[in-house]
Amino acid sequence: MPPLFSGIEGKAMVGMEIGRRAILGSAAVLAAPRLARAQAGEPLKIGEINSYTAQPAFLQPYRQAWTLALEQVNAAGGIHGRPLATIHRDDAGKPEDAVRHAGELVNSEKVVMLAGGFLSNVGLALGDYASQNKRLFLASEPLTDAIVWSKGNRYTFRLRASTYMQCAMLVEEAAKLPAKKWALVAPNYEYGQSAVRWFKELLKAARPDVEFVAEQFPALGRIDAGATVQALAASNPEAIFNVTFGADLTNFVRQGATRGLFEKRAVVSLLTGEPEYLDPLGDEAPEGWIVTGYPWDQITTPVHTAFREAYKAKYNDYPRLGSVVGFDTVNAIATLLRKANTTDTEKLVDTMRGLEFGSVLGPVTFRAIDHQSTMGAFVGKTALRAGRGTMVDWHYADGAKYLPSDAVVRTLRPGS
Amino acid sequence: MENLLLQGLNGLASASSLFLVASGLTVIFGVTRIVNFAHGSLYMLGAYLAFSIVAHLPRGHLGFWGGIVLAALAVGAIGALLEVLLLRRIYRAPELFQLLATFGVVLVVQDVALLVWGAQDLLGPRAPGLRGSVELLGLRFPLYELVLIGIGPVVLGLLLLLFKRTRWGTLVRAATQDREMVGALGVNQRWLFTSVFFLGSALAGLAGALQLPRESVNLHMDLATITEVFVVVVVGGLGSLPGAALAALLIGELHAFGILVFPKITLVLVFLVMAVVLVIRPRGLFGRAQVAQAAVASVAEPVLGRAPPALKWLGFAALLVAVVAPPFLAGDYALIVLTDMAIAVLFAASLHFIMGPGGMASFGHAAYFGIGAYGAALLTKWFAAPMLPALLAAPFCAGVAGVLFGFFCVRLSGVYSAMLTLAFAQIAWSVAFQWVEITGGDNGVLGVWPDPWATKLNFYWLALGCSVVGTLALRRIALSPFGYALRAQRDNTLRAEAIGINAFGMRWVAFVLAAGFAGVAGGLFAFAKGSVFPTALDIPRSVDALLMVLLGGVQTLAGPVLGALAFTGLHEQLVRATDYWRLVLGAVILLLVLAFPQGLAGAVRRWWEGRRHA
Repeated sequence: MPPLFSGIEGKAMVGMEIGRRAILGSAAVLAAPRLARAQAGEPLKIGEINSYTAQPAFLQPYRQAWTLALEQVNAAGGIHGRPLATIHRDDAGKPEDAVRHAGELVNSEKVVMLAGGFLSNVGLALGDYASQNKRLFLASEPLTDAIVWSKGNRYTFRLRASTYMQCAMLVEEAAKLPAKKWALVAPNYEYGQSAVRWFKELLKAARPDVEFVAEQFPALGRIDAGATVQALAASNPEAIFNVTFGADLTNFVRQGATRGLFEKRAVVSLLTGEPEYLDPLGDEAPEGWIVTGYPWDQITTPVHTAFREAYKAKYNDYPRLGSVVGFDTVNAIATLLRKANTTDTEKLVDTMRGLEFGSVLGPVTFRAIDHQSTMGAFVGKTALRAGRGTMVDWHYADGAKYLPSDAVVRTLRPGS
Repeated sequence: MENLLLQGLNGLASASSLFLVASGLTVIFGVTRIVNFAHGSLYMLGAYLAFSIVAHLPRGHLGFWGGIVLAALAVGAIGALLEVLLLRRIYRAPELFQLLATFGVVLVVQDVALLVWGAQDLLGPRAPGLRGSVELLGLRFPLYELVLIGIGPVVLGLLLLLFKRTRWGTLVRAATQDREMVGALGVNQRWLFTSVFFLGSALAGLAGALQLPRESVNLHMDLATITEVFVVVVVGGLGSLPGAALAALLIGELHAFGILVFPKITLVLVFLVMAVVLVIRPRGLFGRAQVAQAAVASVAEPVLGRAPPALKWLGFAALLVAVVAPPFLAGDYALIVLTDMAIAVLFAASLHFIMGPGGMASFGHAAYFGIGAYGAALLTKWFAAPMLPALLAAPFCAGVAGVLFGFFCVRLSGVYSAMLTLAFAQIAWSVAFQWVEITGGDNGVLGVWPDPWATKLNFYWLALGCSVVGTLALRRIALSPFGYALRAQRDNTLRAEAIGINAFGMRWVAFVLAAGFAGVAGGLFAFAKGSVFPTALDIPRSVDALLMVLLGGVQTLAGPVLGALAFTGLHEQLVRATDYWRLVLGAVILLLVLAFPQGLAGAVRRWWEGRRHA
């Protein structure tokens, strides 16, 4: 770009609040028409940190959709004429590395805000960094309730439906089952422990007659599936609540199916309907499990269809749930920046509280009370169709309906 | 009752697959003394290759089992290639240096597997004819598990036959006993080592391939396996096949029954077993003393010299720049990186103190770093302690842990001692991980930020000050009479004790000192990051410290400093530069290993001395 114009744009940045449109307009007149769109202005930089090398199965689709959304935002004129740009960083699953990257992105790259996080502890570390350094952080994927409740702070928001919300959705279905004796299996870390705690608490409230006869907590990623299945079967439950996912889930399903653990028993399972976890199971995907997930091939809303087709066209692959999360994180950020029309963190936070944006799954609001978005999840049953697992009888559970009352939230979130 | 019996069978099935991986590792270690960190990667490659090969062969028994065997042979060939191209060139390097090379291989394989097979977990086909289950005592048990239970003992039997009844086996056993002597008798050691590597790697590949009908093939298989397998090998006694079998049996069964009583025990069980076994039997169940090797190794370490004056001035100049320049030159982010480096230097120097002058390797040094970090963080969280008192408490906490753990660790020698430190580190880690009420579990301790006066610049100076004072203090101690006594017992324990040196006491004190200094680094780390998670004392952190020391060179006091700077600098640059930073970092490590088998500081010194003589 010729120096003449960059000088003008420099001024445009300074005078952004008042006469920005007018000055940009004149720049557009001077420049070639092609430049008039998104490139007319310094890019607005977003810092994005995620565990790319540690969790590639979830994060590759996430990043692809992120890039897609970014292109769409910029093709539509960016943020009031300024293009949106992202700097991605890999934390390799270590919170301390994530915090270092945050420092780099904020101090050297001068990003407007931070986003990302897959693992809960990385999300919490970044949230704490955001609070300490007064920067906006949008946690896209971490599920832990702590990030908006017990450790919630003014600068941290979260997009995905939390552990609590997804448990509440499943409990609604579980309570309808005749089963009274439940066995539980969950990976032994915060997510698994919280999921089990909420499930027990909420189900007991809905159905005081249930009892929990066995609990298994295999180490994450190292399940001894045969022994775990046997231990669950020994307690002879009427229904099973499963929280394992990824490789643990695959091994659990294989051993459980061969040993008949799932026969004549209801299974309620967190996240299992997500293509990330259902697809690797191929034709061994379990049938009739009540799950939360993402039936990407059956959602026919215009917004979602447009998203799915654009994703397929660009990557020659179908979207996973991670793709939805990546796409919507960019959407939420673009909506925020357009509406706030500033890069001042305090004003961004104020705008973010109560911000509504058009998610792929429908309108979503970031609640002012606890900074949790109302993004929901799909609840349905697993089934086999043409040799692969999919979801049937599903419905979209709006996240707003599965959060505790404001009074309870205030006790859960000391910071609010 | 039926349930218990079946649980016993489950234990046997896990034990069998565990033994298959462990057998390869113990054979390789027995002959070459290489701590082959890449064994888990070979196991993972076996699973991936089997997946691809079986998919391309016709369905049926031949296609499936043929694919398994082909995959095992392919992994054996990869292992042999590794030996010829990489490890053969560094046998003369100091003990454990090969670990650095194998770690480079781990990093490379991780990214290569991701590139070739993609990120999604793969589900292999079930074994033909063995899809179903049999009815045992009214309960169903998978057929394939029964077959697996059989394969373990068969492989053990074949291996024992191979070692007892063939000439090759006799040579391998001889080399396990005394490598030098076998060489002196005219046996071609190169060929022997390559073939042993082939066998060990093929066993790893076989074990991975046999998991195909049981488990999904995924990118986490390597690291999920390697520690557990090391535990089996060490508990059984290094180099002992029956030992590995017994240890696998013990761990498999304890796992199967343990979860009935304590469902959360899987996190730490193997390390508890290892700690107990090593405390009672310092060389594992069936391990034997390596008298011949010990004598050979002990003459290799050169005397620590003082650095040449010119290099010393160079060091002072660098330090001066590090103190004076940042306020004028560096931005906030550079300060963060420099602070990280200062902490890494102190951490590496503390590990070097026991590894170099002390002669004791540690695979669990992160324990003291992490306990220091948690000590400082918990004081801040529960007692609202200001930063400086919390920092002062960090080395104290770590030192107390050092006194306790060190007492057991320093009684052992070599890899056994190193693995016992790992066991204690993992026990400490599991406490941090599981004791949610106090430590916050894996959600960590948040909000450990420095006092207001400690701006990024001030905190950097504080970290640099602690690092420099700590490193110089360790250097001073290494060159003091105590340091000489420490090195004396390292080089020859018998002679040292004969002249009245209490070798055990020396090692113990050194261990506690190293723990204390690691604790200082940990305390600084807590405040630099603002939060502490169990990752602070997890295995990767111990490995990082080990890499830094080995990269710099064990034999010079400047080694850990250079190693820490090089490693953190490289890592920091590469992570930002490329998505495939593991591939590049691994390749760089391999190149450095091949180019500088004495470590960076060793290479600098050699270059310096060569220049002077020229």
